[in-house]
Amino acid sequence: MATVLPERALAPSRPGPFTPVVFRVLRRDQEAPDVVTLALQPGPGQPFEFAPGQFNMLTAFGVGEVPISISSSPGRGPLLHTVREVGPVTRALCRAPIGSPIGVRGPFGTDWGINDFAQADAVVVAGGIGLAPLRGAIELLLERVGLPAGPRKVVVLVGARTPDQLIFRSDLETWSSLGAEVAVTVDMGSEGWKGDVGVVTQLVRGAGFDPARSMALVCGPEIMMRFAIQALIERGVLPTSIRLRISLERNMQCGSGICGHCQLGPYILCRGGPVVTYPAASRLLSEAEL
Amino acid sequence: MELSASSRLLHHPLFAGLPLATVERISLDAHNVAFEPGQVILAEGSPASTLYLLEHGKVALSAHAPGRGHVLVQTLGPGEVLGLSWLFPPYQWRFDAHAVEFVEALAVDGARLRALIEDDPVLGYQVIKRIAPLVVERLQQTRVQLLDLYGSGTNGYGNRPA
Repeated sequence: MATVLPERALAPSRPGPFTPVVFRVLRRDQEAPDVVTLALQPGPGQPFEFAPGQFNMLTAFGVGEVPISISSSPGRGPLLHTVREVGPVTRALCRAPIGSPIGVRGPFGTDWGINDFAQADAVVVAGGIGLAPLRGAIELLLERVGLPAGPRKVVVLVGARTPDQLIFRSDLETWSSLGAEVAVTVDMGSEGWKGDVGVVTQLVRGAGFDPARSMALVCGPEIMMRFAIQALIERGVLPTSIRLRISLERNMQCGSGICGHCQLGPYILCRGGPVVTYPAASRLLSEAEL
Repeated sequence: MELSASSRLLHHPLFAGLPLATVERISLDAHNVAFEPGQVILAEGSPASTLYLLEHGKVALSAHAPGRGHVLVQTLGPGEVLGLSWLFPPYQWRFDAHAVEFVEALAVDGARLRALIEDDPVLGYQVIKRIAPLVVERLQQTRVQLLDLYGSGTNGYGNRPA
């Protein structure tokens, strides 16, 4: 005699934290010679909620899985991830054809905490592709400027190695037109470059913010963050008012704080990070190896 | 009303705080200069004879690299100093410099200033004390640039190459 399954057992269940959800590549934008932004579309009935600063584990099926920051704002169009091609998995992601499936697990980790910026000067310092995890935060902060719970102003300071490595150029112009103070510098300029040439710390020294009332968000390679944070503190920004994204070079795997691959000193970064305050991270930033 | 050269010198970080009489002596060898965008200000290898105190606009320092054209290594803006090679032998510019935007500056005769501070060691000490931090800061900036802050071979904010 055949057994009739209860109706609820036939309903689709929410996948566990280790099961990727299949998204489709909707669009692929070349940001720099080796950097691509993927616009990913979830399947029908698959809402995806996140906060700026969080990351997903992206799967290139048959190749592997990597942690990649979310570079879009919540509730604004497709899910965006900005990926630099540095190995086989990121290469497969960067070259994924339109319409092809990408596995998404997440979102994981802590966020930038943009609800804490009431009447503060929001100072965003980004190096290279480190601008990607900040984009969503910048957009939400700009929307809130002037509101009681929003920041007083938004200052965006961006450094890149060369002009062709500068990502989100049109966003930089948009943010500037929306009232943000935007400054960009490159380490080495090419002929025709009209912007600044020099290190990102110089931008921190010259930017128009009130250090005493500033909250800073910093993201980039660890060595860049060390120097940028030094410059912020020299300007008078309180260490407790600096948040940074410290996932760099750490090996995220499970995304759930179980495997321990991303452990950095006392922190399991996929859960206690990747966004942390500077006092929590200051010693770790200067460690040669952990 | 345009400020006098001595007032502008006193407002510039390089000379701010010096005795007025000293600044007035230096101002006798100062004059206004302006450069259109793209105009060459310094040419590598040519005699270094002027200290430029930038007041408006942006200047790019560059060097010509075969096969790469002019590589821009630094930009300078208002409040900054362009050109220190007039102070040290062989008194030749080490880099090219051109105006990126319309530039206005106060140009001080470097040879005269050098003679002035050699004759007056107290003034010389004061001037060198102001120039040394600029040199140190530029050295530190260059070291940071050498560190290649933005790295290669990693995804820049994710994990190891994968």
